[in-house]
Amino acid sequence: MPESKPVLMQGNEACAVGAINAGVRFYAGYPITPSTEVAEQMAAKLPDLGGVFIQMEDEIASMAAVIGASIGGMRTLTATSGPGFSLKQENLGFAIMAEIPCVIVNVQRMGPSTGVPTAPAQGDVMQARWGTHGDHPIIVFAPSSVYESYYLTIAAVNLSQKLRQPIIVLLDEVIGHMREKVTIPEGKLMVERSSDKTVPADYKPYDEKGITPLVPFGFGHYYHVTGLFHDQYGFPTGDPPQVERALDRIHEKLEKYRDEIVLTNYIGHKEPRVAIVTYGCTVRSARAVVKKAYWQNRMPVGLLSLQTVWPFPAKEVEELAKQADVIIVPEMNMGQLVGEVERYAGSEAKVIPLNRYDGEMISPDQISEEVGRWL
Amino acid sequence: MGNRQEILLTGAGGQGLILAAIIMAAAAVNDNKNVVQTQSYGPEARGGASMAGVIIDVDTIEYPKVTKPTVLLCMNQVSFNKYLPKVEPNCVIIADSTFVSGTYSDDYNVQLFPITKSAREIIKKEVVANMLALGVINAATNLVDRQIFKESIFQMAPKGSGELNQEAFDLGYKLFGEGAGQRINLSAESNK
Amino acid sequence: MEQLTQDFLRTKKLPHIWCPGCGNGIVTAALVRAIERTGFEQKDVVIVSGIGCSSRAAGYLNFNTLHTTHGRALAFATGLKMARPELKLFVIMGDGDCSAIGGNHFIHSARRNLDLNAIVVNNHIYGMTGGQHSPLTPTGKKATTAPRGTLEPAFDILELAKGAGATFGAKGTAAQPRQLEQLIQRAANHKGFSVVEALSTCPIAYGRRNKLGGAVDMLKEMKEKSISVERAAKVDESELEGKTLTGVLYSIDAPEYSEEYYKSIGKEIG
Repeated sequence: MPESKPVLMQGNEACAVGAINAGVRFYAGYPITPSTEVAEQMAAKLPDLGGVFIQMEDEIASMAAVIGASIGGMRTLTATSGPGFSLKQENLGFAIMAEIPCVIVNVQRMGPSTGVPTAPAQGDVMQARWGTHGDHPIIVFAPSSVYESYYLTIAAVNLSQKLRQPIIVLLDEVIGHMREKVTIPEGKLMVERSSDKTVPADYKPYDEKGITPLVPFGFGHYYHVTGLFHDQYGFPTGDPPQVERALDRIHEKLEKYRDEIVLTNYIGHKEPRVAIVTYGCTVRSARAVVKKAYWQNRMPVGLLSLQTVWPFPAKEVEELAKQADVIIVPEMNMGQLVGEVERYAGSEAKVIPLNRYDGEMISPDQISEEVGRWL
Repeated sequence: MGNRQEILLTGAGGQGLILAAIIMAAAAVNDNKNVVQTQSYGPEARGGASMAGVIIDVDTIEYPKVTKPTVLLCMNQVSFNKYLPKVEPNCVIIADSTFVSGTYSDDYNVQLFPITKSAREIIKKEVVANMLALGVINAATNLVDRQIFKESIFQMAPKGSGELNQEAFDLGYKLFGEGAGQRINLSAESNK
Repeated sequence: MEQLTQDFLRTKKLPHIWCPGCGNGIVTAALVRAIERTGFEQKDVVIVSGIGCSSRAAGYLNFNTLHTTHGRALAFATGLKMARPELKLFVIMGDGDCSAIGGNHFIHSARRNLDLNAIVVNNHIYGMTGGQHSPLTPTGKKATTAPRGTLEPAFDILELAKGAGATFGAKGTAAQPRQLEQLIQRAANHKGFSVVEALSTCPIAYGRRNKLGGAVDMLKEMKEKSISVERAAKVDESELEGKTLTGVLYSIDAPEYSEEYYKSIGKEIG
């Protein structure tokens, strides 16, 4: 694959470019800091590609429009931040239930409520997991660099199509707004859906046997799309065995493809005494610490960075806990993902939260100090 | 990690500091260096204080925020008063004498240049003061190859203004060559 | 008619969930006949609906059917229409669905003048939840949440749409299904955002509480109280007192959004 020239790119722009390179041709959104650059990029680029950009009347409508366009056969994206993400939750649940692919970028800012709109935070980890009602499966990626924003958006678009599952790209203000040097590889980045043409006459959009491709409206398959529990053809049902089976089915597809969904990266000592588990922009501070402590000073320190925060990388954290005595979980919130780490690592290792919630990044010094305490 | 350069551009909203930081970062990319650019964002950037940071390094840059500036640009009095006490004495401090005056500790390496005044009077376009400042900074620090920097300015400047912005950048070099004003209070007469 | 039933109704999904005397069946039948009259290809027809009694119609109609969330039908439809402008979209909403929770989407759909056909089935009440007042409940009428009669004035949904930019507005009733069928057909043939307000009956949750009699009484009164715009033009003004105007109330030529958008990006529709 030939490498193109390095360029300076912003995190939000990288999301937009990644989406476009993965075949997204429809964007609906509503302006909100600090995500607006995603919309601006899409507004500038999509028309030249024959795509559709539409600024909707609100966040709810944006989410709805994205789902509508996806049913029409387009690859779709929307972007928002915490308050807007809250408004999108009902229709996000609809997309999960009706199994309509789409990608939602949430550039996190300091909350709750209007909070500090321009300050970074990682406070939407649990909103991303449980923001919409009911027992639903969810996939959430959390980039820690401009390049990760690019490729995780591509992964999100393709995986969303493959699994017929909405995917959230959970940025934070730091990653969304910072610019850094990236090299965007050339080549085909759009994974085709399994062919729409091979659909049998008796098309079951919700086939019990597994994931069937979504045949867009307008091709003579008169199935039904609803947020109600439904049978294999999409028609409403309240029959208890069918309801249970349908809910199991949408969860099982994530379990089946777990290895493609759960992305993590480990750097540092093979048998760390102190390990760090984190995600998003905080990975950068942690990496600075591990580089110094392990690469320079050979101290038993390691970092498990989570590109996927949901489904939670339980297996990876369990394995880490077998090595490490102490696992530090730095987060720019009051402690959200640390509870999950505790759940899977707590019996083997001591889990220490390290939190900051003043609208500033956690610095390498803060992490370093905590690591030093346990070495 | 001794190669890490942290540049902090400070002043008022509307002085083009964020654009200057982006152009400096793009120039560093074109000069094959690693770079990260950040900014203070939001209402602050719309009329109040403005701040943009650039980190240039040969190593991979992890923590993206400027914490120990090696270069500080102050384009107004407020930012000068605010950021001067926060930097180490070995930091290269460049201030615009058009707006900055007053006394400061001799420990600091402060260099004053009539940045905005020169843009206004020589180029007849005050808006290019930011590129002029970049010229002064690069002349003082040699962060990025001069020719690559100039080409990057042309690429990134608004259409039709490339050459004017390059001219401002070169004027920055010239100002630096002529030497800095010796003391802030001596330059006070140009402070309008 | 039998052929229609075979093709356009999902007969296996019947009987429907609606109460005896409900006007939804009449409105749905008028919609099906109107679609038949347009000559649209079945594969191009999309029924989008919100949440509420009338929105369940989508499940009974054999087209591409999308049953969305409460109030959001037009927003889903906007995305679909922009992605596939060659499709013919009919958006069924109840009065509460469309004008309360979906009010924002309604006015903005009108403003864009996107080629969607909104069918507002107005029975003046939230039926599925058992009879709460909606923004289209007439002042003074009773509901479970307005036991002494609502103090709130009602929207005139067609005037609201017109003020927001809709280019076609028509009113029909469940008591005059042939006229309603024609109005929906004309709305479908109109390029731009069309609204058909279909006055309907809810004898269970609205009629009973307001002592309006049974379904037959309600339909009878609906018919007596309405007068077509064509007829109204010929009679003395005094005869219009207390009457509801039915028919096409406005039809305006204006740029349609999806066409303008695709033109602006230099792409052919279809």
